[in-house]
Amino acid sequence: MGKTIAQLKRGEIAIIKDFEETDVPLKLLEMGCLPGNIVTMMQSAPFQDPIYLNVNGTHLAIRRETAQKINVETYV
Amino acid sequence: MSRSINVSLIGNPNTGKTSLFNRLTGLNQKVGNYPGITVEKKEGICKLDRGFKAHILDLPGTYSLNTSSLDESVVVETLLNKHDKDFPDVAVVVSDIENLKRNLLLFTQIKDLEIPTILVINMADRMERKAISLDIDLMEEELNTKVVLVSARKNQGIDDLKQAITEYKNLTVAPCLNASVIDVDYFNRLRKTYPNQLTYKLWLVITQDVNFGKIDRGRDNDLDRVKKSSFEIKSEADLKRMQHKETVVRYQFINGLLKKVLSIDTINAKDLRTKLDRILLHKVWGYAIFFLILLIIFQAIYDWSSYPMDWIDESFAALSSLVSDSLPAGPFTSLIAEGIIPGLGGIVIFIPQIAFLFFFIALLEESGYMSRVVFLMDHIMKKFGLSGKSVVPLVSGTACAIPAVMATRNIEDWKERLITILVVPFTTCSARLPVYLIIIALVIPDRDIWWIFNLQGLVLMLLYLLGFGAAIFSAWVLNKILPIDRKSFFVMEMPAYKLPMLKNVGITVVEKTKSFVLGAGKIIMAISIVLWVLASYGVGDDFNNAEQIVIQQTAGQDLSQKELDQKIASYKLEHSFIGYIGKGIEPAVRPLGYDWKIGIAIVSSFAAREVFVGTLATIYSVESSEEETIKNRMKAETNPILGGPLFNFASGISLLLFYAFAMQCMSTLAIVKRETNGWKWPAVQFGAMTIIAYFASLGAYQLLQ
Repeated sequence: MGKTIAQLKRGEIAIIKDFEETDVPLKLLEMGCLPGNIVTMMQSAPFQDPIYLNVNGTHLAIRRETAQKINVETYV
Repeated sequence: MSRSINVSLIGNPNTGKTSLFNRLTGLNQKVGNYPGITVEKKEGICKLDRGFKAHILDLPGTYSLNTSSLDESVVVETLLNKHDKDFPDVAVVVSDIENLKRNLLLFTQIKDLEIPTILVINMADRMERKAISLDIDLMEEELNTKVVLVSARKNQGIDDLKQAITEYKNLTVAPCLNASVIDVDYFNRLRKTYPNQLTYKLWLVITQDVNFGKIDRGRDNDLDRVKKSSFEIKSEADLKRMQHKETVVRYQFINGLLKKVLSIDTINAKDLRTKLDRILLHKVWGYAIFFLILLIIFQAIYDWSSYPMDWIDESFAALSSLVSDSLPAGPFTSLIAEGIIPGLGGIVIFIPQIAFLFFFIALLEESGYMSRVVFLMDHIMKKFGLSGKSVVPLVSGTACAIPAVMATRNIEDWKERLITILVVPFTTCSARLPVYLIIIALVIPDRDIWWIFNLQGLVLMLLYLLGFGAAIFSAWVLNKILPIDRKSFFVMEMPAYKLPMLKNVGITVVEKTKSFVLGAGKIIMAISIVLWVLASYGVGDDFNNAEQIVIQQTAGQDLSQKELDQKIASYKLEHSFIGYIGKGIEPAVRPLGYDWKIGIAIVSSFAAREVFVGTLATIYSVESSEEETIKNRMKAETNPILGGPLFNFASGISLLLFYAFAMQCMSTLAIVKRETNGWKWPAVQFGAMTIIAYFASLGAYQLLQ
């Protein structure tokens, strides 16, 4: 049972494991959201959506529904 | 003879591309639109050594050559179409030192198109502070290109860049990586089928999903043909998988490269951005700060700008009377004094407000705050079928719907974008203000409530809220009824905070204001003249012999010459062309509490709302265009059927509602037509808004009277 980006807590760091290519917009990959890269949950917007991440050095905002499709492994 | 080189500036958003463009071109630039679409096209001239001149095109910011918005498809179209007059001799890819990895993705794609490419690394002044070092020589070797370090903010390295542009012929067009490894077999077949075409270009043509309306740029070349050809044997999901693979391959190359050339001392403390974001995106403070900023902007637009506006108003009134006093009386003088000068005044008077609004919007954009607003608002807006990115258009709409409609271009999803375009005209634009102010002054008592709030001010605020409310509500309705599939996604970079550069803000204000004056101005001007003609001419005895008729009618009454003149003018107007139009629609507007004179003002302001007050001034033959005078004249007007003042509480509220909802702006309709590529949506918009306005006013008047 995997964990997704959407389940990360504020300040939590994780490594992107995988996702179904067709579920995630290409633009997100281009921003560096690729398997193997590190993602940090910066914070959620009020009402918990969208969420604010640091992926591979890029600060970006995505909606929670997208984040739910990206599996991660917690970083140790 | 000087030679001109075509240079395209390309880069990710927030890399300081605009600053660099401003450095290279200064005020030597112009803003237009791409033929057939309203994506802003910024061009400028940059003087180089040895009599060379560079024609610089600032392309919209993009993260890659894979398009997801209209802005981005412009970039791809420009780079793919060799016959386009904007096709670059040299592409300048702007990146910034802190996001080099991501920026290089776009660079490697452009390099694959075999266009001579210069890599500019901007914000080089931060390298020392961030303890970053770069091996430029090795980088140039690995990327097969010229690399220039600049700091657009500090004006460093610009001469080096100009030098590199001048020597663009020395650049090699060899790609820096082999993208076809993602599916060797597929790319080989592609190459065989179209031996004369660049393979990577073919790949882009096949994969681009440009569904934002066809870009009509004159010469449509073979792009469509390739796209429709027999080569579509891969399913959409397969293509996407390949694009995914391509991105991975490119990042692998970039990671390898950066390992060799870049070193960063990562003892960075928690940066300013994180701290600021904690506050600005806070669930309470974030909204509080945003509304505080909005409040300041409104204050500026309506309070501070009133000083220059009053001055402009008085100057034009003075000019008008100067002309009519000093030139010989006749139709020509009258055209200038009553048609052209007030028409010009009607345009110029909006300059302070528009300039203030663009000033603040540019500040917010430049500082990086606008993205935070989008982030804060996305969830709320999504519920109504809008995007967080719709906030900027809705806020801009309080100045003018025209730039607001244009500001929807970066919304990726077509349905969200269309809804935003359709509802933006509900927000209270500055053209409604003169109408609101005069009617509020007439029918709402000037009274303080709890010592601090003024009743008239509160009503004005309510009207603004009503505008926003109407926009949001109709968005919700449209979201329910429009049968359009959404593939809504939301990916937005949160840029670093920066101190806005005054030069950039200044240039934006000048350029945007200019395009408003020239765009909307032409139409307002034309309407002023048409109105003047309709009001100054008529047919039949009533019009031609107005003077004798009025003298006969008033014989025995002891009238001064001035009163008599006004009576004649009024009688003439009643029997002019516009008088007949106004009377013609009177049955339709009487249930709303209006007479034929207000009918005329409504008809004439269907083209632009701000014409309303001016038309009333003409109808009531008020000589001075000063507001106080018009107001007094309106106050004296009686209702021809019911008696009592014509402008009472019921008819006043009815008029306010009419102006709040009705789509009375030809310029906006024209922009909507261009943005949506046809007459369908502007027609729907016009019809629906007019119906809403009519019934809202009808309901209000019938209830209140």
